[in-house]
Amino acid sequence: MSDNEEMITDINVSIVHKYNFTAGASTTRFLFQLKKGVLTGQRCPSCSNVYCPPKGACASCGVATEDEVALSNKATIESFTIVAIPIPNNPIKPPFIVANLIPDGANISLTHLLSECVNEEVYKGQRVQAVWKPEQEWGHDMGNIRYYKPLDEPDVPLDMIGKLPVEGLGG
Amino acid sequence: MRDIAIVAYSQTDCVRSAGAANEVELIMPQLSAVFDQAGLSNSQDVDFVCSGSCDYLQGAAFAFVAGVDALGAVPPIKESHVEMDAAWALCESILKIRMGHADSALVYGFGLSSPGELPIVLSQQLDPYYLAPQWIDTISLAAMQARMMLDQGLITERDMAEVVARSRANALNNPHAQLAADVSVDNLLEQELFVSPLRKHDCSPISDGAGAMVIATVDQAKEWGKPYVLISGIDHCIETHNLGMRDLTDSVSTRKAAKMAGMANGKVDVAELYAPFSHQEIILTRALGLGDETSINPSGGVLAGNLMMTSGLSRIGEVFNRIISGEAQRGIAHATSGPCLQHNLVTVLEGV
Amino acid sequence: MAILAAVVGIGQTKYQTKRGDVSIAGLVREAAVNALNDSGLVWDDIDAVIIGKAPDMFEGVIMPEAYLTDALGCNGKPMIRVHTAGSVGGSTALVAASHVQSGSYKRVLTVTFEKQSESNAMWALSSKRPFSVNLNAGAGGYFAPIIREYIRRSGAPYDTGIIVAVKDRLQGALNPLAHLQLPNITKKEVEESMMLWDPIRFLESCPSSDGACAMVIAAEDMVAESPKPPAWIRGVAMRSEPTMYAGREEVSPQAGRDCAADVYKQAGISNPRKDLDCAEVYVPFSWYEPMWLENLGFAEEGEGWKLTTEGATALDGGDIPWNCSGGVLSSNPIGASGMIRFAEAARQVRGDAGNHQVEGARLALGHAYGGGAQFFSMWVVGADKP
Repeated sequence: MSDNEEMITDINVSIVHKYNFTAGASTTRFLFQLKKGVLTGQRCPSCSNVYCPPKGACASCGVATEDEVALSNKATIESFTIVAIPIPNNPIKPPFIVANLIPDGANISLTHLLSECVNEEVYKGQRVQAVWKPEQEWGHDMGNIRYYKPLDEPDVPLDMIGKLPVEGLGG
Repeated sequence: MRDIAIVAYSQTDCVRSAGAANEVELIMPQLSAVFDQAGLSNSQDVDFVCSGSCDYLQGAAFAFVAGVDALGAVPPIKESHVEMDAAWALCESILKIRMGHADSALVYGFGLSSPGELPIVLSQQLDPYYLAPQWIDTISLAAMQARMMLDQGLITERDMAEVVARSRANALNNPHAQLAADVSVDNLLEQELFVSPLRKHDCSPISDGAGAMVIATVDQAKEWGKPYVLISGIDHCIETHNLGMRDLTDSVSTRKAAKMAGMANGKVDVAELYAPFSHQEIILTRALGLGDETSINPSGGVLAGNLMMTSGLSRIGEVFNRIISGEAQRGIAHATSGPCLQHNLVTVLEGV
Repeated sequence: MAILAAVVGIGQTKYQTKRGDVSIAGLVREAAVNALNDSGLVWDDIDAVIIGKAPDMFEGVIMPEAYLTDALGCNGKPMIRVHTAGSVGGSTALVAASHVQSGSYKRVLTVTFEKQSESNAMWALSSKRPFSVNLNAGAGGYFAPIIREYIRRSGAPYDTGIIVAVKDRLQGALNPLAHLQLPNITKKEVEESMMLWDPIRFLESCPSSDGACAMVIAAEDMVAESPKPPAWIRGVAMRSEPTMYAGREEVSPQAGRDCAADVYKQAGISNPRKDLDCAEVYVPFSWYEPMWLENLGFAEEGEGWKLTTEGATALDGGDIPWNCSGGVLSSNPIGASGMIRFAEAARQVRGDAGNHQVEGARLALGHAYGGGAQFFSMWVVGADKP
């Protein structure tokens, strides 16, 4: 090799793999309900906890979750962070909130965006509400819910977070 | 060294596509089945859990993490994973038991090969700088190996077709088989070439599925009061990745693994060989020096159904089944990984 | 019943953003050769090779053990590849140790690596699925809410994480292998760095590194063949729990506590802060130091931050130095990071940690975790045979 040539330190090779990805039977049911505008979870027959999004099994009991449960559009914030890194193909502008929130009727959190809020005023136990895209834009997609926004309802006591029935605080 | 035995085995049927089934839905019924067989309830009842799977099959990183949801791992369990066929997860589990950190283990494997184009996906198992960029698929590599065998007069096309015919016929007795039929060798030879000199039937099919096994020390198996089959030896051996640098018409590593596992210490009534291509069954049979006294692939082998990441474990499971049923007294199971039989594992099983 | 085993050789590569001078094979071989040289052994002395790395999707090489066998002198030998998400570096060490501790093999070589410059980790970790929203939040986005919860519960001062970020980089500057060499880093600099996922700032996060780490582990009766002092393996443990379940304690995961209790019991440790001389703990985001101090029993619940702010975990003046090598905050080739913790713990008790040596260290903890803080692997190594 002559002195003028530089070492080759990498090669760029494009590999394309096409996959027909399957969601799984229980997730498929979840997605079909989302297309109808309904958020659902699945209940464990052993411990009665409701999972959303459902995966077909209760992870702590190791049993299949069959019972489908309709959940509320209302939720409680369990934890969150303020993110500075933009999301490709999403109009939301940093800094924005990514939150783990538990829909009423469920017992574990799902992760979603929070918007129409003041980032510094978000807190654990805060009540929030799902904001859906217009119905004509609905697909089999968790993205049907554009984000959650604060809801004017009494805060949830910390030891009640993740334990609310689908009727919410009053229920 | 502690005596270790297989107490339970279960697998799904080999199907072209598992449809809308995610990892958890695929695995859980098999786990329930082996727990039932062993008289256990869930993963809390074994001391160690190890699984085998490959993210690239289904195209999602951390496929095995999703699998943990099927275990009921609360309270936390001792659990590990190899990105290899579950036969190697069995190896890891055996080491745990031998060192006294477990008396029993659950081993399982799963794989969805249908989402992607398996032979192309596996082209990325090759050297990333020189081979993978050429997208050399596994079938083409196996075809070159078969071509070498034919050109050197080591096999004939008829020999290959005979392997397939026997596989299809044997598979008729295997409820899990994907491909089973009564076909004549002449009929097979009339089929058109697929990737010369291989015909479609010389290649194992694309299959989805999962399998699970429970192993334990012999003392533990006796305590559970369940019938068991002894794992009297297990070892494995890998060869060079450079295809031009090894004799592709032989399987030196299989022979070595079999020797280290103690195959020669007794008769071999049955041998389940993981041969994804018909000519490879011949290579393996010859490499192991197996004769007429050994029943080769009575299940139909993986030509009848190839559960990627479980096929190695299911060879062991098939031999286990035959010894438990009394059909055989002693047998070997072989697992392979990598292009053209690069990495080989041999397990020796004995009835008590 | 377990055979006593020891680390008799350690080899690492210099960690940096891009090793443009070696292929993946070259990278792992470099670490392996360093380990063999350190152990005074040659390739033929090795009975089996155990490798580990993070998801194949990072570099895009499926089941790389097939490709790497030649580089690692493994032709004609057994080879296993372990993959347990982020804890893989640690799990690989444990699986390697079990090869010897089970009496099945006498001497093994274990290597873990990541060539992150040839991979796209962010992409690999965020495959688009319809059943969850694509938030591109990554690891930081996942751990930040958990850290906030720790801060809320413990009332820890806001600069606890900053103190860790400075300490680990100053210690890393004593380690010529560390990726980030920031001997002049200040608290002010860290505090003013960009806030990425509140409360994690840029300088409180780990880098992305190329690198490999290797060890040779031998059975008791072969240890004397290696010239340098061994690091006897005094305890090994791993635990897993699911990512998500109702009521899961995320700040101090049960799996971490159970794993620590197991390894301490084996090693005869009842008070980790007193009984151990130092620890190499997987801290990829600064706040995980106070959190793991509690999870690993070095501090009572809610008090981990006090050890950090008091300087107890600093090499310079602390009574229980953590991450003298610079830790994950200074070098992070993901697949290797766990093993680097295990190896650096071993270096300490061999008296071989160069400028970041803890004087007279005789018992050390190596720790790794992965996934949603759900997979844990740990070992305790000592200068003395049990």
